[in-house]
Amino acid sequence: MSGIYIHIPFCRTRCHYCDFYTTTQIKRKPELVDALIKEMELRQLWLEGETIKTIYFGGGTPSLLSADEVSMILDAANNLFRLDSKSEITIEANPDDLSTKQIRLLANTPVNRFSIGIQSFHNHQLQLMNRRHTAQEAVDSVKRVQDAGIHNISVDLIYGLPESNRTLWNQNLEQVSALNVKHLSAYHLTYEKGTVFEVKSRQGKIFPCSEEESILQFKALVNWAKEQDFIHYEISNFGKKGFFSQHNTNYWMQQKYIGLGPSAHSYNIETRSWNVSNLSVYVNTIQKGELPQESETLSEKNKYNEFLITSLRTRWGIKLDVFERLFGSEEKERLIQKAAPYIKQEKLYLKDNSMILTDEGVFLSDLVLSELMVLPDED
Amino acid sequence: MENIRNFCIIAHIDHGKSTLADRLLQVTNTISERDLQAQVLDDMDLERERGITIKSHAIQMDYEWNNQKYVLNLIDTPGHVDFSYEVSRSIAACEGALLIIDATQGIQAQTISNLYLAIEHNLEIIPILNKMDLPNAMPEEVKDQIIELIGCDESDIIEASGKTGQGVPEILEAIIKKIPAPSGEKDAPLQALIFDSVFNSFRGIIAYFKVNHGEIRKGDLVKFVNTGKEYNADEVGVLRLKPEPREILRTGDVGYIISGIKTSKEVKVGDTITHVKNPCTRAVAGFEDVKPMVFAGVYPVDADQYEDLRASLEKLQLNDASLTFEPESSLALGFGFRCGFLGLLHMEIVQERLDREFDMNVITTVPNVSFTCYTKKGEKIEVHNPSGLPKENLIDYIEEPYIKAQIITVADYIGPIMKLCIDKRGELQSQVYTSSNRVEVSFEMPLSEIVFDFYDKLKSISKGYASFDYYRTGFKRAKLIKLDILLNGESVDALSALIHVDHAYEFGRKICEKLKELIPRQQFDIAIQAAIGAKIIARETVKAVRKDVTAKCYGGDITRKRKLLEKQKKGKKRMRQIGNVEVPQKAFLAVLKLD
Ligand SMILES: Nc1nc2c(ncn2[C@@H]2O[C@H](COP(=O)(O)OP(=O)(O)O)[C@@H](O)[C@H]2O)c(=O)[nH]1
Ligand SMILES: C[S@@+](CC[C@H](N)C(=O)[O-])C[C@H]1O[C@@H](n2cnc3c(N)ncnc32)[C@H](O)[C@@H]1O
Ligand code: SF4
Ligand SMILES: [Mg+2]
Repeated sequence: MSGIYIHIPFCRTRCHYCDFYTTTQIKRKPELVDALIKEMELRQLWLEGETIKTIYFGGGTPSLLSADEVSMILDAANNLFRLDSKSEITIEANPDDLSTKQIRLLANTPVNRFSIGIQSFHNHQLQLMNRRHTAQEAVDSVKRVQDAGIHNISVDLIYGLPESNRTLWNQNLEQVSALNVKHLSAYHLTYEKGTVFEVKSRQGKIFPCSEEESILQFKALVNWAKEQDFIHYEISNFGKKGFFSQHNTNYWMQQKYIGLGPSAHSYNIETRSWNVSNLSVYVNTIQKGELPQESETLSEKNKYNEFLITSLRTRWGIKLDVFERLFGSEEKERLIQKAAPYIKQEKLYLKDNSMILTDEGVFLSDLVLSELMVLPDED
Repeated sequence: MENIRNFCIIAHIDHGKSTLADRLLQVTNTISERDLQAQVLDDMDLERERGITIKSHAIQMDYEWNNQKYVLNLIDTPGHVDFSYEVSRSIAACEGALLIIDATQGIQAQTISNLYLAIEHNLEIIPILNKMDLPNAMPEEVKDQIIELIGCDESDIIEASGKTGQGVPEILEAIIKKIPAPSGEKDAPLQALIFDSVFNSFRGIIAYFKVNHGEIRKGDLVKFVNTGKEYNADEVGVLRLKPEPREILRTGDVGYIISGIKTSKEVKVGDTITHVKNPCTRAVAGFEDVKPMVFAGVYPVDADQYEDLRASLEKLQLNDASLTFEPESSLALGFGFRCGFLGLLHMEIVQERLDREFDMNVITTVPNVSFTCYTKKGEKIEVHNPSGLPKENLIDYIEEPYIKAQIITVADYIGPIMKLCIDKRGELQSQVYTSSNRVEVSFEMPLSEIVFDFYDKLKSISKGYASFDYYRTGFKRAKLIKLDILLNGESVDALSALIHVDHAYEFGRKICEKLKELIPRQQFDIAIQAAIGAKIIARETVKAVRKDVTAKCYGGDITRKRKLLEKQKKGKKRMRQIGNVEVPQKAFLAVLKLD
């Protein structure tokens, strides 16, 4: 089971928290589409003929693509790879792009899942983040997608914003319930280097919310999910039964994926590789028939660490029998020993031969992980 | 002997000692124009370590004056008071001293202490005003300072420039005319003063000496009086640009001896060389076994490197006899060594050499001075480490070392400087205005008070316009107590300090605050406490981390996430585990940087 990630780096404007690779040169879409298809040709054999079950258009802003462009890319994928006819095909969309017409056209392509970047249903928070839509537009866009017959919808929200509080956050969650979407990605704001938020917080112009407030918002989120029958299946992801994101789940399950487009990442068990984060370099290199890539071969220790990092993010945790098969019984014992203090402190628990983060543990997952990991230069 | 002149140079750093010395070597043809040129053109590093010529610790020059041939021995002195005993020994080998003062800077504190040592030894002082070529030279003002200090005539002061060569012939003339020839009895039994030694990896230890009485020949069987050791004088000679072997050295001569000595511990500066047969009846007066005054724990960052550290310290000791060390273990830091240093600069030099020459990464604990503890049973115990202090109820009293501190500054800063010294338990001894705007103050104060952040504070309150120097004066009774630092209830030996009662509360509070800043948050609350005995006098808490999560998904970019976590883990590994608390290395020196 493998996936394809396609990076569409265009954005009309840049949001104040965002450090994904994006560019505002939207007029270069045709070049990109051309290069994406060329990259697929160049890397046709990369997944060694495995069946593709998920495709994900991520960004940037994939909803800036016309339905024709989406179709061209999907046709090429279908011709070059073994595409399962029941594949999950997701497009990330910004509310301001989701006109009735655009939705109708996209609904006519094989795309069958929408991930809508809403971030907040409060206008003042949207402005703070430099979003291009209003709260009302966000609500309307979801309804329009539903009206077009697509119900596999996810929305993105960000919590822990500057000057946020539980009331505002609970209102956001209630709106998600009211809209009856099937999936929610709720990310705690991170201050990424070079973003407007990070610069302003360094200058003392905005104030990150307190740790206490973060934790309370997180707890509110977890409780809300329980009440609403959303399953908290990954640190930041919540889905109704049968509506988990298969594409993202594959990332945590050590499944292969090929990433196309500038800055996209690929993984095939033995190596990880990533394309250059620069549209011109990407396009020019591809047009020369070369791959604008860097890669690393994963050592045993890299694999060990990544297995922990990816597994622990999910509600299924580290499956100890799989771990043992991959790294041996000695390592398994060592892992259990290292985990013991955290199990005692109820940050981790063991269930059905798996090691899983507790709700409290989720919020300390980096700390627990760094403790369980091995350093690349230690034995 | 009548034509020998032995002299040293007293100068503050950068006042031009090396440059002027080079001039003397050049004019006396000891060093050729070509060699000098090569030296000047050397790269930066060497440039900084210039004085290579006089770095050989002593150098001999020939000079013809009034148709007479003279032998001039320039003996170098270490610049810093940490080495004041060594300075006093090299001064003892001379009959005169060139006092070099930068005409743009005036006299600095360090110059004064060394000058006093020279005057104490009855050296003839030749005052020189250097850098006269510079437009901002202030000869009148600086001459006044000199006259004030040594009571000479204005006409005695030579105006010179190491750069242009101005004054160099006058300096040579003054050396010959004013500095007396060495006096000594050439027929008496051999008495020679060791004033320095160096370690040479091929030849072993080379000792430098001046013959006070008698003579020494190659092959003589000699004895070092204070160590009692006997050697064969395998080679004796004089110091030109390179060592030049000689058959014989006579009364008044300065030279070197190589005799198969392996470690610098055997050669004590200030010791006397004499013959095994027909020894001198009296050794050179003033011999002291120099004792380290500042102690600190030195621990390998990587516990596996304990043996490597020992080997490195042993090698350092080969050419630095004043460094002492003994094994020590700390609950907090594991196995390491308690090292003794002559002073703070010496400590820094050792640390730097460990790093630069041996690639040893070490944690140095809070330094403390050496205390003397008298018990009720009448024992006298030297305490080098707070944990070495006997139990409170066994102690009769404690004595701590005192210094005389000399500070020269401009009048504007005298107020805050006085306050600083008084806060540091200093007692004003004298305050002299050497000109309308220059003040010289001297304080008697505890050495331990300058170990902690004294220099930094002095520098900042005087905006750099203060020069400071000190020498040790003896011991005085003090009300000292042991202050313990506890992390989650566990006392951290490496952080405890002996401190004056009056400072204990404030110190305890500040160190807790500082540690709170330096210890990263962990999964549980960390209590930081300062205690005297069972009494807690200060407390801070480092709150537990409750959020440490990368919530955002980086798409398929697992590499970035992995590298971030690996970095987090590496950072932790560099910390020391104390009980259940992870403590970063810099916390151990926290007390030095208290504000
Ligand atoms: N203009 C001028 N500069 C000098 C003179 N003597 C030394 N210097 C400079 O002052 C600095 C310190 O000189 P140096 O001989 O190394 O001083 P030391 O630290 O006392 O040995 C160097 O940059 C020299 O070039 C002088 O007479 N005139
Ligand atoms: C790469 S963005 C692309 C989605 C789309 N362009 C949009 O803005 O709706 C995917 C999601 O990551 C989340 N995100 C991006 N940067 C973030 C940050 N610094 N902190 C928290 N969440 C962030 C946002 O929720 C965003 O919707
Ligand atoms: S959040 Fe989405 S729209 Fe905003 S800059 Fe990032 S990728 Fe573009
Ligand atoms: Mg010099």
